[in-house]
Amino acid sequence: MTESPATKPANGEVVGRHARNGLRPDRNGFLKSLHRCHEWPPKKNRGQQQDEEEAQTTSHDGSLYNRPFIESFEETPMLVAVLTYMGYGILTIFGYLRDFLRHWKIEKCHIAREKEEQKDFVPLYQDFENFYTRNLYMRIRDNWNRPICSVPGAKMDLMERVSPDYNWTFKHTGRAVKDVINLGSYNYLGFAENTGLCADAAAKVTMTYGVGVASTRQEIGNLDRHEEMEKLVAKFLGVEAAMAFGMGFATNSMNIPALTGKGCLILSDELNHASLVLGARLSGSTIRVFKHNNMQSLEKLLREAIVHGQPRTHRPWKKILIVVEGIYSMEGSIVRLPEVVALKKRYRAYLYLDEAHSIGALGQRGRGVVDYFGLDPCDVDVLMGTFTKSFGAAGGYIAGKRELIEYLRSHSHSAVYATSMSPPVVEQIITSMKCIMGEDGTTIGSDRVRQLAENTVYFRTRLQEMGFIIYGNDDSPVVPMMLYMPAKIGAFGREMLKRNIGVVVVGFPATPIIESRARFCISAAHSKDMLDRALSAISEVGNLLQLKYSRHRKQPSVTRPFDDNVYEDIDD
Amino acid sequence: MNFKNMREYLAWLYYQYLLITGIYVLEPWEKSIFNSIFFSAIAMVIYTSYVFVPIHVRLALEFFSGIFGSQPESTVALMN
Repeated sequence: MTESPATKPANGEVVGRHARNGLRPDRNGFLKSLHRCHEWPPKKNRGQQQDEEEAQTTSHDGSLYNRPFIESFEETPMLVAVLTYMGYGILTIFGYLRDFLRHWKIEKCHIAREKEEQKDFVPLYQDFENFYTRNLYMRIRDNWNRPICSVPGAKMDLMERVSPDYNWTFKHTGRAVKDVINLGSYNYLGFAENTGLCADAAAKVTMTYGVGVASTRQEIGNLDRHEEMEKLVAKFLGVEAAMAFGMGFATNSMNIPALTGKGCLILSDELNHASLVLGARLSGSTIRVFKHNNMQSLEKLLREAIVHGQPRTHRPWKKILIVVEGIYSMEGSIVRLPEVVALKKRYRAYLYLDEAHSIGALGQRGRGVVDYFGLDPCDVDVLMGTFTKSFGAAGGYIAGKRELIEYLRSHSHSAVYATSMSPPVVEQIITSMKCIMGEDGTTIGSDRVRQLAENTVYFRTRLQEMGFIIYGNDDSPVVPMMLYMPAKIGAFGREMLKRNIGVVVVGFPATPIIESRARFCISAAHSKDMLDRALSAISEVGNLLQLKYSRHRKQPSVTRPFDDNVYEDIDD
Repeated sequence: MNFKNMREYLAWLYYQYLLITGIYVLEPWEKSIFNSIFFSAIAMVIYTSYVFVPIHVRLALEFFSGIFGSQPESTVALMN
């Protein structure tokens, strides 16, 4: 999260993740604006609505949505917010105390610090992120980067480690913590396995093709498996062409610069992943950020962009690219794709959809968020996704029109310079994708997609019934559960591991400072029994740590009338 | 939460205190510094309130009774 002048946009705009630092003052306003957006006409009883506490936003419309779109972001209870800030305050005071002791050499400093011979240089370790790492993160570091020693499937083995000096160093005891239920891997369809169809196919290909050719696709690294995979990806997505890259992050960060440049405008969701933010910055285009999943904010920016054109010259923008993600991995929300597509068509913008989390995990046929909303994949100009998550492999793809792919093949940095993908990885993708498509003659793939949807609904419903605050869409397999207080981040991870469940806990800088959370990723490989064990442990720990903050117990969702011309009113 | 005995309940309360103040993550010596400062501050608050609150209450009572109470019932009656 450090920002050097080089990465800062020249016109001083707030870009991407930086909008998230600290508390978002518009959190409550955001809820209300969404709420208002679906109630028409909004001019009446505005005052009453402002007072009303609305946790659930629902939109239901026959023409845009084929199923209720329920997304909830319950407000942080005031008392919890105050106590959270107080906790951070106390920890900050102790952080300063420790820094003071380190400065006067009373205590040994374990972490990187300014060198003596670089005393008069620009300080490297003085900003808030470094303070945070040194004095807050270090204390609960045992909850992250836990080494594993098995396949990260539904269950995994962890290497036991102890820290003699409060997490500054770790020692392995040589023992393994066996059969930990894995609620942390993005293994949505359970293809991360070392036995079965995919593993056998990958092993066979390793024997014939080896593990890599150490050359780029454009030189001598192009294999028939690569060609086959790209054809398969295009067929899977229902588009004309696709191309694959060896690295998912680079797919975003290197292809956006190939698509847009100076004089173009990128409209980016405020919670977009770092790779999209990096790509947008590298492109040199102007970046404007709209509020998370807020279509009014997006439309306002689109209108302004079209009316005013480029700053100073007022020439029209060369291209306007809307960049959204399918599932936002920190909030568990699903993009309002039908509305984005409608806006994109109305204002003639281009749409870049990052399906990193949603491909395979959403939709009746596992085709991602496009399939989930029953849209035509050709409506999305650039479909991007990764093979890392649902397919249990590595890399990313871009799919779309043939001209787009041919252009990218010659212009994208990661296509030109990157080494071609390893054949076993390619084979894993081909096999798992064929499995999802049902081309292997079994129903394993479609069963897994259905199982994932069932698991997700079950897990989310149970957590909501227990009274936890859960963010995101009801159908999203990423389930963020709010913890808020800094000590509870550490305590939750440790208590869950004691009960043999591995969870991911997330705090600043990945989230705003008070919205620390635990993030569960549901997999099709989780059996009902595993989920029940996990849920009972979560409930137990939730009681122990007093995490059941929710004031809205699960209740039947209210569907509201939705009017097509809500976009007309964007003035307020 | 159901507890078997008072001791368990107190342990749970202390755990909640650790979590809410955030000192759960601190090292033991830091915990003891925080606890001693925190509890001595509370003890001082209690002691000062024990010493001074009765005085203030008495003064306040006198002040308000000076305004509203203890007036002769009627000045007219005195003249007679």
